[in-house]
Amino acid sequence: MSLPPNIVAARAATAVPSYLPSKSRLWLHLMGEKLIELIIRLCGISAIIFIFAIFFFVFREAIPLFTEGTARAAAYADAGKTFHLGEFLTSKEWYPSSQSNVRYGVFALIVGTFSVTTLAMLIAVPFGLGAAIFVSEFCGPRLKESLKIIIELLAAIPSVVWGFIGLIVMNPLIIGIFHVPVGLNVLNAAILLALMSVPIMVSIGEDALKAVPDSYREAGLALGATQWQIIYRVLLPAAKNGLLAAVLLGVGRAVGETMAVLMATGHAVNIPHSVFDSVRTLTATIAAELGEASQGSQHYRVLFLIGVLLFSITFVVNLTADLIVRGVRKL
Amino acid sequence: MKFTYPLFALAGVAVFAFASCSKKTETAGSGAQKQTIANIGSDTMVNLAQAWAESYSTLNPNISVEVAGGGSGVGVAALINGTCEIANSSRKLEEEEVEKFKAKHNAEPKEYLVGYDALSIYVHKDNPINEISIEQLSEIFREGGGINKWSELGIAIPAGGNDDIVRVSRQSNSGTYHYFREAIVGKKADFKLGSRDMNGSKDVVDLVSHTPNAIGYSGLGYNTPAVKIVKVSKKKGDPGVMPTIETTLDKTYPIARPMFMYTPGTPPAHIQKYLDWIVSDAGQEIVKQIGYVPLPKK
Repeated sequence: MSLPPNIVAARAATAVPSYLPSKSRLWLHLMGEKLIELIIRLCGISAIIFIFAIFFFVFREAIPLFTEGTARAAAYADAGKTFHLGEFLTSKEWYPSSQSNVRYGVFALIVGTFSVTTLAMLIAVPFGLGAAIFVSEFCGPRLKESLKIIIELLAAIPSVVWGFIGLIVMNPLIIGIFHVPVGLNVLNAAILLALMSVPIMVSIGEDALKAVPDSYREAGLALGATQWQIIYRVLLPAAKNGLLAAVLLGVGRAVGETMAVLMATGHAVNIPHSVFDSVRTLTATIAAELGEASQGSQHYRVLFLIGVLLFSITFVVNLTADLIVRGVRKL
Repeated sequence: MKFTYPLFALAGVAVFAFASCSKKTETAGSGAQKQTIANIGSDTMVNLAQAWAESYSTLNPNISVEVAGGGSGVGVAALINGTCEIANSSRKLEEEEVEKFKAKHNAEPKEYLVGYDALSIYVHKDNPINEISIEQLSEIFREGGGINKWSELGIAIPAGGNDDIVRVSRQSNSGTYHYFREAIVGKKADFKLGSRDMNGSKDVVDLVSHTPNAIGYSGLGYNTPAVKIVKVSKKKGDPGVMPTIETTLDKTYPIARPMFMYTPGTPPAHIQKYLDWIVSDAGQEIVKQIGYVPLPKK
């Protein structure tokens, strides 16, 4: 019964067609595939893991504010002071390092963030959507390509460079043009933020306009509509969800921006009465103060609570944008 | 324009201190030992420390002093953490900080008085004000203080300016901020909200030079032709005093402060030599050149 070893080897070899790897290699192949699949799967869910890890960490640092209450160790300078969420949100007195009366009120900072963001959007939306319409509907293919590259380059400028421009170029310009005492103000920061969020609006807005079927344009032309009438009456209503999402993503960018606004707003805790008033934003406060707040102190925890607040704001904005984009797909 | 934003500064200091500790000695081409001294701290003193470092290295090519700013608080933290050999501070160490240091290193930080800074009150060059009292300054900067307009000081800002006082202050990581709070605002009191809080000594003078109705405080060494230094009096009615070398040394200028360098315990010979040179005539001449007040001659 026993065959010579060379024949056994030959039969084993022929058991698998020659164009496939031998049996043992095939096994390796399958293992490799499984491994790669596993790695890719991990990459896919890693985003979720990171988000939850960040969520967990930020919350963990902020939560003791509410649980510790007055029973704080006497080692802290702010021992015995209770933290009130209502006061945190509605008081405009921000005195984190006071020796006698520590107060954490972020109302002025919230107003600062919203005033800068709102003005930035008032500037950026017409520019961003106008540019998107021009790139998608009016310009020829060569100009279109170069414009898209240049607009994307605008998005690649680091925010600290924008801040530097605000400090060195815009500050004297605003003083000179408007004859106001200080050029580091809401207007300065809003212009910078507008320039930073325009690229996002242009690229997403252009995608939304491109997604409108050509048959809509052809139908409009067939009815004798001018190009402006087509854009105004046909394209904008058809692409409105995508355009709204573009705007909201720009808002998210503007709310979260830190370095440029730290340098260009004047960093003053102040409720603005005009666009020429200095303000301070939530993000800039974290950046300027986290470095010297001792770990575990109430000041440190309050800064993390501001982080939670920012997290919630951007979460709501992005969720809204996402839901609107979903609306687009249903069309 | 200095880029010493707090987080950047901390990161930079950490990297720099780590690098300088890991290679304290390296051999120069000639075979002699090249020694590096890590010197971190006060933003007020950073230009001065840099000038000392440069001229000392021309005298002693084997010693290289690496200077970084960030604020007195950053220097003190580096001293406690053992990441620098000399810490610059424009304020005295607090007792709590000395205790922390002792607990960690089982030694006393050693203090060297290296010069004085007259904290100067800056206004725009066209502002007609010449004199201000400490009480008035406190009313301007303190929370609840009553002075918010130049007309309340009897000052009319020339055409183009606005009557509101624009207060220019510092961010809270600065030794100057803490000194100003102690000397003017009151240790237990707080600053009035709405001041423009700048990151560096030079930024304060820059902003004041562009703003006709601003008032700010910064080191004497940052004076430029675009701003004006105001005389300061202890009480309203007392004669105002200009910050100069003489008025600082005879203590007639009310808001002058000493500048310190700290070493962790008794320093090694090469650092002791550097500190001796700083308080010598040659080192003190540089203090004068940079615009600060040298120690009185013995």
